[in-house]
Amino acid sequence: MQIEKKRSNLFIMAMFSIVVLSMPIWLDPLGANYPDLLQKFAIFGIFAIGYNILFGLTGYLSFGHAIFLGVGSYTAVWSFKLLSMNAIPAIIFGTVLAGIIAALVGYVSLRRSGIYFSILTLAFAQMFYNLAYSVLTPLTNGETGLTISSDDPRVLDRLFSDVAAGGGLPSTEVFGISMSGYSGFYFTAVILILAFFISLKIFNSPFGLKLKAIKSNQHRMKYTGYNTRPYLITAFVISGMFAGLAGSLMAVTDPLAGAERMQWTASGEVVLMTILGGVGTLYGPLFGVAIIKYLENIFSAVNEAVLQSFFAFMPQWLNDTMVVIVSPFVGEGWHLTLGLMFIVIVIFLPGGVTEGFQKLKEKFKKNDDQQKLKQGDE
Amino acid sequence: MNKMTDSVLKISNVNKNFGGLKALTDINLNIEKGKVHAIIGPNGAGKSTLLNVCIGLLAPDTGEVLFDNQNIVGKQAHEINQMGLVRVFQTPEIFTDLSLLENVMIPALAKRDGAFKFKIFQDLADEKDIMQEANDVLASIGMQDKMDSMAGSMSRGDKRRLELAMCLIQHPKLLLLDEPTAGMARHDTNQTIELLKKIKEGGMTKIIIEHDMHVVFSVADTISVLARGQIIATGTPEEIKNSALVKEAYLGGGDDNE
Repeated sequence: MQIEKKRSNLFIMAMFSIVVLSMPIWLDPLGANYPDLLQKFAIFGIFAIGYNILFGLTGYLSFGHAIFLGVGSYTAVWSFKLLSMNAIPAIIFGTVLAGIIAALVGYVSLRRSGIYFSILTLAFAQMFYNLAYSVLTPLTNGETGLTISSDDPRVLDRLFSDVAAGGGLPSTEVFGISMSGYSGFYFTAVILILAFFISLKIFNSPFGLKLKAIKSNQHRMKYTGYNTRPYLITAFVISGMFAGLAGSLMAVTDPLAGAERMQWTASGEVVLMTILGGVGTLYGPLFGVAIIKYLENIFSAVNEAVLQSFFAFMPQWLNDTMVVIVSPFVGEGWHLTLGLMFIVIVIFLPGGVTEGFQKLKEKFKKNDDQQKLKQGDE
Repeated sequence: MNKMTDSVLKISNVNKNFGGLKALTDINLNIEKGKVHAIIGPNGAGKSTLLNVCIGLLAPDTGEVLFDNQNIVGKQAHEINQMGLVRVFQTPEIFTDLSLLENVMIPALAKRDGAFKFKIFQDLADEKDIMQEANDVLASIGMQDKMDSMAGSMSRGDKRRLELAMCLIQHPKLLLLDEPTAGMARHDTNQTIELLKKIKEGGMTKIIIEHDMHVVFSVADTISVLARGQIIATGTPEEIKNSALVKEAYLGGGDDNE
């Protein structure tokens, strides 16, 4: 059993790596093969995987994870400004600082559970969001957002090479490889694979089992001899660090950090992704990310002209009616579609898309069995 | 001196009032090592209060509660468990959406690893010893064949026995059972009695709080009778059965409880 388990972990990781790294190939026919979107898939994948470690395993619903996304982004941009355009220190600082902030927020918020915990995290999120616009403006550059400029100190870069003054904006890189375009995607993809590996390990570890047990019955956990608080804080910090990592990667692919990244809607989005895909499952959040980011990409690009050409085969009066009916659901109105989709999933598949897959699998299995039975009768 | 070491739990001069209500008055109780001590009493006698005092959950107004010669009043639930005082609840508290095997592995891990251990790079599948232990305990309650099914899908009686197994795997110094057969069908009750007798042979110290006289007289070594917040009698089952005071307070004649 032991060897089997080891092999299957290796198998899962190998398959996952292949699927992720070959995304440019198999997403091509779906019209989703461009670096910007691929990077989004990978970055939000990391965010959702991390969020799932908290929400999926312990059941604590946080509305404050955008804080760590924002902290990661700002830290990464500061690392670009002060130290180097290299992405490695940026993501390390972003992750670590997000972890520290997560420890503080978690320490306070986890004094309560259930809805009170959620409200506390939401309060923290709004607090950080508003601070970013007001008191913390020297750090965040307020509404304009924090960007790099050509006269930043970049101590390390200047130490090791001659940086020509006024030579335009430098771009982020990893040891000479520019982080824009496909190389940026492959960088984020490798980090996504590492993040998934950590998540897989946590799911299979005694630590993960204890987190699931806290979700199931925290009262029993305490009377079984566990101090649940450090477990919860650890899970909160880990998920906060994943969010910080995702945030700093956003800054790597586009070195600009704005406070809107910390708005509660960003926290809400990751909740949607996790629930849509399947809470507490290993792959679910990734499905959620893929579905939401892919559909967002398609629906928000559609405008009236596109709709008119889509319904062009209809008579003019019908065409006009259809455009009027459909247009609130696309473009700016994409969130309406997202909301409806979310409602449908939560009502009919509370376990998310993953549950849908399982139901299909069972159905096929049943059909298969019935056919076998029939054949047996004949 | 000898008496001191023999006692697992010692409750001395405990008083507890809720507002004007005297819930417990001058309780002195000595639970001896290796004995099954039953606490019985009519509804409202103060059993639940006494139980909560026993596990340190409720601080008494006066007096002290010594477990293993240590004061446990005010300690947190996990600390008391780690000291070796383990509790079965009146309504089964189990991990309903985990498998039976996982349900018993968790307390075994708590016993081995303590109140907190951060170990994410260890595979659960590699915990051979713990798995074997969990397997054995499940076998002892006759649920080995169901170990992969979800705990929430079981009958109430099975859930109770699972919870008992979860406590037994920790080899507690003192096991506290709060009405272990409440709401059980006759068949389940008898099965539980057999199980309790089996554990008794292992020499585990237990406190049982119970309504069902049949259960109490089958498994207890010592019985204390609680009425109106006072312990009115402590003795062997035979003594309690024949005590006029107890009959008057609780058994109400006695004949129907044979």
